[in-house]
Amino acid sequence: MTDASTGLQAITASHLQISPLRRLREMVVRHTLLVAVLVSVMVSALILWSLLSEAWDFIVHVVWSDTWGQLGWFPRRGIYDIPTILIPTFIVTLIAMIVAGPLGLGAAIYLSEYAGSRVRSWIKPILEILAGIPSVVLGFFALTWIAPNLVARIGKNVFLIIGLAILAAYVVVAARIATTQLKKLKSRATDREFTVDTGMENTTWITLTASLVVLTAVLAMGVVWFIDVWVDFIPASAGSLAAAGIGVGILTIPLVASVSEDAMAAVPNSLREASAGLGAEKMTTATNVIVPAALSGIVAAFIVATSRAIGETMVVFLAGGAADASEFTISPFDGGLTMTAAMASLASGTDNVVGEGLTFQSLYFVGLVLFLITLGLNLVAARFVARLREAY
Amino acid sequence: MISRILDSKTKNTISRAVEKRSLAQDRRSAYKSTFFRVILQAALLLTMLILLVLLVSVFLNGTDHILSRLGDFLNGTMRSRSVDEKLGVHQALYGSLWIVIIVAVCAFPLGIGAAIYLEEYAPENRFTAFIEVNINNLAGVPSVVYGLLGLALLVNGQIFGLDRITGGRSTLSAGLTLAVLVLPIVVITASEAIKAVPNSLREAAYGVGATKWEVIRTQVLPYAAPGVLTGTLLSVSRAVGETAPLILVGAVSGRLGPNPGLFEMSALTDKFTALPLVITSWTQQSGRDVGFTAAAAAAIVVLLVVVLVVNSVAIGLRNRFEKKRG
Repeated sequence: MTDASTGLQAITASHLQISPLRRLREMVVRHTLLVAVLVSVMVSALILWSLLSEAWDFIVHVVWSDTWGQLGWFPRRGIYDIPTILIPTFIVTLIAMIVAGPLGLGAAIYLSEYAGSRVRSWIKPILEILAGIPSVVLGFFALTWIAPNLVARIGKNVFLIIGLAILAAYVVVAARIATTQLKKLKSRATDREFTVDTGMENTTWITLTASLVVLTAVLAMGVVWFIDVWVDFIPASAGSLAAAGIGVGILTIPLVASVSEDAMAAVPNSLREASAGLGAEKMTTATNVIVPAALSGIVAAFIVATSRAIGETMVVFLAGGAADASEFTISPFDGGLTMTAAMASLASGTDNVVGEGLTFQSLYFVGLVLFLITLGLNLVAARFVARLREAY
Repeated sequence: MISRILDSKTKNTISRAVEKRSLAQDRRSAYKSTFFRVILQAALLLTMLILLVLLVSVFLNGTDHILSRLGDFLNGTMRSRSVDEKLGVHQALYGSLWIVIIVAVCAFPLGIGAAIYLEEYAPENRFTAFIEVNINNLAGVPSVVYGLLGLALLVNGQIFGLDRITGGRSTLSAGLTLAVLVLPIVVITASEAIKAVPNSLREAAYGVGATKWEVIRTQVLPYAAPGVLTGTLLSVSRAVGETAPLILVGAVSGRLGPNPGLFEMSALTDKFTALPLVITSWTQQSGRDVGFTAAAAAAIVVLLVVVLVVNSVAIGLRNRFEKKRG
C-alpha cells in the first residue's frame, strides 16, 4: 500500500497492534519490577519477625522485677537492668541535641535567609561532606580529641553552664512561641479582625528573660555543686557520656541543618516580600515570619535528629567510656552504655553471644525497644513534614 | 489637631523627642539585627571549624603511618602489637571491597527496580502508599537493627536456614546485611530522580508508539541516570563506612588468616574484616597499647579518602546536572 508519489506508508490497524513478543516483554518486566518492590517490603517484615521472635523469649522468661533497680547492665551474668542503659541513652541524646540544635538551626537560617548563592554553593557541599563522615570516625574523634580537650580540659563546670544556658535559651524561645500562639488564639477568640502580631510586650519579655537567666544560674550552681560532691571527675584519657554526646551531636548537625533548611525554603517568597514591605528587618522576617511559618518542618528536623541520635552506635561504643557491661549511672561524666552501645559491645566478643540463659535474647529485646522508639519518632516527624507540605 | 491645641514651641520639642526616640530605636534594632547575623555566621563557622579540627587531628595522629610507610601500611595485616612492621589494612581493604561488590550486585538492581515500579507502574492506591511509607521508615531504622537482622537471618540461619549458604560469620553475610541497609536509600534517591523526569518526554515517546518499558528504557532512565548514579554512589560510601551491623554479624577484630586471591569465590564464605572494623578494634586497643591510636588514625585517613572521594563525585555529579537543567 505504498503511496508511489511520496514513498510514505498508510497506517493500518495491524501497524498499531503490539507484537506478541513486545507484549510478553512488557509483562515480564512489570512482574520482575514488582518482585523488587516486594523484596523491599519483605525486609521490614523480616526485621520485625527476627526482633519479635527472639525478644518474645526474653519478655516471657526474664524476671521483670530484676530489670528495674539500678543494678547495672551485665548481660553475660544475666543482670539486665533497663534504666542502666535507658538513662545514658537519654543523656547522650540530650547532649547531642544541645550541640546540634543551635548549630544546625543557625546554619540553616543563615543559608536560607542570608547567604547569597555563591556562599551557598560553597557551604552546602561542605555540610554534605560532614554528613558523609562515617560514625566510627566521629567515635575516634570523640575519644581522642573531644574527651581530653573539651570535656576534661575545659572542665565540667564550664561545660555544664554552657549546656544549661543553651537549655535556658531553648526554654525562652519555646515560651515565646507559646505566648505568641496563645495570643493568636485569644485574638481569634475575641474576634478582632485586624491584629498585628508584634510578639510579647517588651516588659514581660524582659522580666521573663531575666527571671529565666537567674533561674538557670541558680540551677547551674546547684548542678555543679551536686556533681562536685557526688561524682568523681573522669581521667583525661577515658571516654564519657558527655564526650560521646558531643560526638553524636556533631554527627547530627548536617541533618538538622538540611531538613530545617528545606522547610524554610518551602516558605513562599511572598511572605518574605510582605514582611519586607512592612518595613521589617531581615532578622525580624527570619524570626517572626520564616521560622514560625516553617515551624513544623523545623520540629520535624529536631525529631529526626533525635531519632538518629538515639540509634547512633559507634560513637558511644568507642567514646562512651564503658566496656561490655556498666554500672548504673546518671552522670554525663561517667562512662556508660546506651542501648545501641550495649548491643554492639555484647556482640563484639568472639563467641556467638553466649552467656547466661537470656543473653542472646536480651540483644533482641533491646533492639526491639530501640526499633519501636525510632519508628515512633520517625512517624511523628513524617506527620510534621506532611503538615508543612499541606500549608504551602 | 495637635497643632491647633499646642503652641509651636511645645510642638517642636515633642517632634524632636519623637525623632530622637525613633532614631535610638532604629539604631538598637540595627545592632540587634547585626548581632543576630553574627550569631548565625558563628554557628556556621563553628560547624566548619569542627570539621576542620576533626580532619586535622585525625591526619596529625596518622602521619606516622601515612607519610613514612604508606605502602607497608596498605599491604600489612592486623597485628597484636602496634610496633610491628607488618601492621596494616590489607585484609580490611579487601573485605570492604568485597562488601561493596556484594552491595552493588544485590542492592542496586533491586532498589532501582523497586523505584521504577513505584514511580512508573504502581497504581495510586492504599497498597502503594503503604509501601512508600514502609520504605521511608526503613531508611530511618538504626543501622544496628539491620545488624540484628543479619545476625538472626544470615549468621544463625533462624528462619530459612540461610547460614548454609552464607557460611555464618562471613563476607557474604556482611555484604548482604549492608545491601539490605542501603536498599531504602537507593529506592528513595532513584525514585526522586525518576520523579524529576518531565512528563513531556514520556508523552512524546508514547506518541511515536513506544511501549511502557521502551519509554522507561529509552527516555526515563537515561534522563534520570545522573540522579540514580548519585544515589548509588552515596549508598556505596554509606556501606563502606557503616560499622555497627558488621560488629553484629561478627566481623573478626583480632587475627585473621591471609587473604585468598583477589577473585576467589571462597572469600565470600570466609571470615572477614573491614576497614571500619579495623578502626574500631585499634581504637579500642589504644587503651592498652597507645601506638594503636596512630594506626587507627591512619586507617581513618584511608577510609575518609575513599568515602570523601565517592561522596564528592556524587555531589559534584548532582550539582552539575541540576545546574544544566536549571
